[in-house]
Amino acid sequence: MFPRLAAGAVSEVSTVTNEANWLLENAWLIALLPAISFVLILFFGKKMPFKGAEFGITAVSISFILAILTGAAWMEHRDNFTLDTFGEKAAVLVDDGAGSAVDNVTLAVGTAAEAAGGDGQAYVAVQKTTQWLQSGGVEFNAGIMVDGLSVMMLFVVTMISLLVHIYSTDYVGGDRRYTHFFAFLSLFTASMLFFVLSDNILQMIVGWELVGVCSFALIGHWWEEKPNSDAALKAFITNRVGDVGLLVGMITLFFAAGKGMTFDTITINENILQGGVSHTALVVAAACLTIAVMSKSGQFVLHTWLPDAMAGPTPVSALIHAATMVVAGIYMVARLFPVFWEGMQIDGSSINFLATVGAVTLVGAGLLAFVQDDIKKVLAYSTVSQLGYMAMALGVGAWTAAVFHLFTHAFFKANLFLGSGSVAHAVHSFDMKKDMGGMRKFMPKTYVTFLIGSLALAGLFPLAGFWSKDEILVNTGGWGILGGSASAPGSYTFHFVMGMIGAALTAAYMTRCVYLTFHGEYRGGHHDDHAEDHADDHGHHGEPHESGPRILYPLYILSAFSILVGFVNFPPGFLTGSKKDPAGWQERFLHFIEPAGSSYFPAVGHATPSWWLAIVASLVAVAGAGAAFTYYFVKVDRLAQRTGEHLVGLPNGVTTTNALARAGHKLLVNKYYLDHLYTGIIAGGTKGPIAKAAYWVNQNVLDGTVDGAGRTAVQSGKLVYEKIDQGVVDGAINASGRTSAAIGEELRHINTGRVQNYAAIMFAGAAILAGAFVLLLAL
Amino acid sequence: MLLNQFLLLSAVLFCLGVYGVLARKNGMLVLMSVELILNAVNINLVAFGAFRTDVGGSVFALFTIAVAAAEVGIGLAIVLLMYRNRRSIDLTQADLLKG
Repeated sequence: MFPRLAAGAVSEVSTVTNEANWLLENAWLIALLPAISFVLILFFGKKMPFKGAEFGITAVSISFILAILTGAAWMEHRDNFTLDTFGEKAAVLVDDGAGSAVDNVTLAVGTAAEAAGGDGQAYVAVQKTTQWLQSGGVEFNAGIMVDGLSVMMLFVVTMISLLVHIYSTDYVGGDRRYTHFFAFLSLFTASMLFFVLSDNILQMIVGWELVGVCSFALIGHWWEEKPNSDAALKAFITNRVGDVGLLVGMITLFFAAGKGMTFDTITINENILQGGVSHTALVVAAACLTIAVMSKSGQFVLHTWLPDAMAGPTPVSALIHAATMVVAGIYMVARLFPVFWEGMQIDGSSINFLATVGAVTLVGAGLLAFVQDDIKKVLAYSTVSQLGYMAMALGVGAWTAAVFHLFTHAFFKANLFLGSGSVAHAVHSFDMKKDMGGMRKFMPKTYVTFLIGSLALAGLFPLAGFWSKDEILVNTGGWGILGGSASAPGSYTFHFVMGMIGAALTAAYMTRCVYLTFHGEYRGGHHDDHAEDHADDHGHHGEPHESGPRILYPLYILSAFSILVGFVNFPPGFLTGSKKDPAGWQERFLHFIEPAGSSYFPAVGHATPSWWLAIVASLVAVAGAGAAFTYYFVKVDRLAQRTGEHLVGLPNGVTTTNALARAGHKLLVNKYYLDHLYTGIIAGGTKGPIAKAAYWVNQNVLDGTVDGAGRTAVQSGKLVYEKIDQGVVDGAINASGRTSAAIGEELRHINTGRVQNYAAIMFAGAAILAGAFVLLLAL
Repeated sequence: MLLNQFLLLSAVLFCLGVYGVLARKNGMLVLMSVELILNAVNINLVAFGAFRTDVGGSVFALFTIAVAAAEVGIGLAIVLLMYRNRRSIDLTQADLLKG
């Protein structure tokens, strides 16, 4: 690092040793605390009064407070770090000529940083690196990189994790592996924090895999039941498929963009943006990394593990789907954005791999959410769909919109998952059709929070989802007649349309979910077999009742966030601030998070927001919700009241009367037959028909050839055989064979099978060798 | 520096160990004899290290001790399993690999 400082004038310097805020330099503490808590719970958890939960909660609380303080420090740093101070400090350093490559704090500053603005503010990431080892000129470093993106992730991960911890003390209370559960919750949090703080791609791979292992352990928490351990295995193995893409992509990046010298994320990004990196290599890297995203972030064709991961305890689902694991893929793309920006030529284009995968996932998973009876599976497919939004946004160049959606989604999705857990806790089931219905009467508080989460997810003004979804749609730039903006990175019309369809679908399936769970009549209370399993410490067989405070308070907090977090990034033109601060609340998120003008981030255009688009998108969502509302709240409800039956759909609905609709429904119920494809055709095919076919080819084609050659050889061989072989060669062979047989016959007596005889021979051999050695020395 | 005396001691220990390994029937005693051999080596290492005022010898001795601990762990496990399966740890009876 240091030699690069001396390379030229300040404006060309890309990293410089500098003093940054203590909190920013020591953000690794945030990841370390949960890791310590993991070890403590593992060793002392069972002996503690709260069975180890206190370690986890304390550690994550401190991490959360540190994350908030780090966020504040980052804002201060972002606003007040000017190029003037940077220049002075750099000059001092050049004078000193001192500095070591090890353990120094570096700040990445763009070559273009001077041009970033007349106010002299620069977006400068804080990086602190320690050399781990060096081999063949390649440095293997361990370090942290703190910029807006990682600070945002620190906040989200620690906050959701803290709420999940508190919630879990009630939800999994009395579980036989309670301590084990908290240990892995801590490790999961630590892994994700480690991942988002990584300053090099090697460390990212480690964090990525750690997150995968923890999710495996937590999804399979109740492994005594086969489906649960199967789901854990499925999650793990599906992720292995994507990990191949990750490894190939990262290796390609290391050699192409890191020049085979460095794993440093900032350097790699800078090299790509400065040009001179082979475009082919970038295409390969971007495609491989997209495959990694497909498995980790549940994008289409590799998303199948994610709904099955619902087998884990609900708090884990909330953690996986809101803050950790699945957003790892999105975070990775955001972190290595130049790879995709250049590799897929996002700018000025209208289609690319990543955006299309995202768009297909968005609609495909949205449709699947319609046919699920399990409330958690609706939410799981909803997560897949929303991750599709994020992947699509990244693919169309809407970096800030994608990250913003990640941010808002974390809160309302955690809210919904924990809400569904609260309901399931009361009825001991996740089946909306069989065991729920009418829950609003029993659990009014959960109902309100769940409703807020649903509205936020559906993207209705002014809740959080509205702002982030609108920003994504705007930045697709493919919305011509609605007053399109030339400043968007590309013009992705297809993706815009898919985004609109997705908005309608989201609103509709959430309406269905809310109806089936909370409205109509209670359909549960008939599972006596269940009651015995769960009767242990709850003791309520009859009517479900509202959950306790440790479940409700996290829900309240998350609901408040679901309403409010959208306000941190008002589009320009909305709610103009005071005279003193004209920008007001506009684009604060963008200002603090997006590394615009820094050396490791491309110059991404931002579309001007449009009132028309916002109105149309809202209307589309309302239309989706309205259609579902008419079906469930009006038609089904009325019929149910008239007949007095418990209905979950119309008896003569479109899926029963229309063949096409029925076929579509069947396709959805079977999840596009992807699981059949994977287990039946690919896995089954490999061991069944394909193996048979290979055997047939082997027997008939290959053997035929061999046989033909063999017969010819036999003819000629016979001649040789009789003359040469029998006479000369065989004689020699037989003789040697007989000799070895005779020797073997003698030697087998040595092979007594007794270990001491062997040892004696070994010692004798060693003694002879030692003797020979001494003799050799003497000579 | 009394190097010779140390070497002599180590040689004696080594020979005792070899004798034990080759002649005892009891699996436990054979394991203990192996420890004797390893410790003879350790004495050599430390003695030479001290003789040459080189700390490396002692370091290697420490490594040997660590390896010996691992080895005896496996050895004991084998003897224990053998006892479970045969109700005896007589090594002369364990000759399933007889050629």
